[in-house]
Amino acid sequence: MSITIYIPGDSAAKALGADGVAVAVSTTALRQKIDVKVVRNGSRGLFWLEPMVEVVTDQRRVAYGPVTDADVPSLFKANFTDGGGHPLCLGDIEASPYLYKQHRVTMSRVGVVDPLSLSDYQAHGGGKGLAVAKQLAPAEIVQMVIDSGLRGRGGAAFPTGIKWKTVLDTAATQKYIVCNADEGDSGTFSDRMLMEGDPFCLLEGMAITGLAVGANKGYIYVRSEYPHAIAALDAALNAAGNWLGDFKIEVRKAAGAYVCGEETALLESIEGKRGIVRSKPPLPAISGLFGQPTVINNVISLASVPDILAQGATVYRDLGVGRSRGTLPFQLAGNIKFGGLIEVPFGCTLRELLYDYGGGSRSGRPLRAVQVGGPLGAYLPESQFDTVLDYEAFAAVGAVLGHGGIVAFDDSVDMAKQARYAMKFCALESCGKCTPCRIGSTRGVEVIDRIRNGARGQIPLLRDLCDTMTYGSLCAMGSMTPYPVLSALNHFPEDFQ
Amino acid sequence: MISTLNTIFSKHREQAGALLPILHDIQHVLGYVPDEAVPLIAKELNLSRAEVHGVITYYHHFRHTPPGKHIIHVCCAEACQANGSEALANHAAARLQKGDITLEPVYCLGLCSVGPAIQIDETTLHARVTQEKFDALISELGARK
Repeated sequence: MSITIYIPGDSAAKALGADGVAVAVSTTALRQKIDVKVVRNGSRGLFWLEPMVEVVTDQRRVAYGPVTDADVPSLFKANFTDGGGHPLCLGDIEASPYLYKQHRVTMSRVGVVDPLSLSDYQAHGGGKGLAVAKQLAPAEIVQMVIDSGLRGRGGAAFPTGIKWKTVLDTAATQKYIVCNADEGDSGTFSDRMLMEGDPFCLLEGMAITGLAVGANKGYIYVRSEYPHAIAALDAALNAAGNWLGDFKIEVRKAAGAYVCGEETALLESIEGKRGIVRSKPPLPAISGLFGQPTVINNVISLASVPDILAQGATVYRDLGVGRSRGTLPFQLAGNIKFGGLIEVPFGCTLRELLYDYGGGSRSGRPLRAVQVGGPLGAYLPESQFDTVLDYEAFAAVGAVLGHGGIVAFDDSVDMAKQARYAMKFCALESCGKCTPCRIGSTRGVEVIDRIRNGARGQIPLLRDLCDTMTYGSLCAMGSMTPYPVLSALNHFPEDFQ
Repeated sequence: MISTLNTIFSKHREQAGALLPILHDIQHVLGYVPDEAVPLIAKELNLSRAEVHGVITYYHHFRHTPPGKHIIHVCCAEACQANGSEALANHAAARLQKGDITLEPVYCLGLCSVGPAIQIDETTLHARVTQEKFDALISELGARK
């Protein structure tokens, strides 16, 4: 029987040379007449160990990493195909503290299964949620999701079940399910990892959503910067055959506009238009894609649904704190030693993620600022590192959890420059529909430039401008750009001298 | 070009909101969306030329002039900034001043734990890119010509 060897096909692993490792392993095995089956799995999310190769021996997986193609000859010499000892040997990676301390629910199969094998997916618990959903009335499915306490994982944290109920209660002959996979926030990659590492989970979540609200057509809008995720989804859809029954899914490639992560701009884009934000009301749940009632949810929201259906709402709801129920796959990024994916229930602190998991900065210098929630999220200083990871606790300190991206900066960061970048990014990506965002962002860059050149008297003007953007913008692009700007100004005033 | 466009058009005739998929296909085949294609796309989709032009110019991904022989995207978003992407981007700009390589910024490739990251020809990814590694990759591209 052939020996199964897992070599991640995840984008981050590829970027670190996994494709070369896969070729080297396959050719060496062929030459040495060792019968191996290389499976390109997702990443387990321990990126400092990627490319991480896992060999299946006697029902156990032995990990080696980080492996370069130059290490492959010595791995064969050490009989790694039998789990042999080698300086890169990590043993059973699931026993490492980084993984066993986590509580993986939504990401439980990522890095474990063959992403393109439906039977492997089903062997690891996939498909059960859809089977349960088929036995329930639409309103019962919706009620389960409401009871689970699941809130939108894209960043806005709106209760998913309530959104679905609005669509269910709106009569129409055609309804749509739209998956927002336009993961544009810097510091986030959980959507990408799930699409590349467990695409069937997303497809199942969308099919369940379709049953819940009475929709038979779904779109996945994926950013063009994620070609490997698009390929994985296409391949999974192909492999799915008629597994999803009458529910049809189309993958749509985005075109590099950050603001298309905003739900109404995204709908415009699928319709073939410029991704300009729509005024609300009407909500997309009432009048969404092509004017029809539409559920639009983030990848992680939809991928959380199969497990909620399979395990029951209570299991999910019992995780977390306060009004933040369940788990969130946090993404530890930037200047951090052990960056990666950490799925834990809400309730631990930012400090635990940064130091217990992350091990502090990659550069070895002290961490000075941490941006949570993408380019529209606040910068937190060291004094706020004990903030509990919970939507409300973050709101209380003037910050957001967003999509769970955490970007660490060491003490070489210039926070006035980061504030300027936030305004610059808004100017670059603004859809241009509303004035506070379109003009405010450009004026913001200019004002910060003057402050950085010594005009401290301009600080009240910057605050006024942020006030206008916060309360006068049409969507989060303009109204949340002040989060990074004001947090930088408030917590790091010395950088604006 | 016209036969290329017609093949692409016929593929998307049943698709709702087909403009972006059509533009992607055109750019995939031709490397860009030529200005001459705009009236033909407009006619196919019963849109005005202004609407098609508006869409092409709105999205960063679409280009209306041919790119260089290779395209390099350097991530300039926060997570890569935290690991020195600004210096890398400056180095890249200086290095690629002459030659036939298109250099563009990109705002996040989803490789935020292993930055600075770059993407070559919209598919191949590289992580923890130092200036030396960048130069080696460029030399490799040059050798491939």
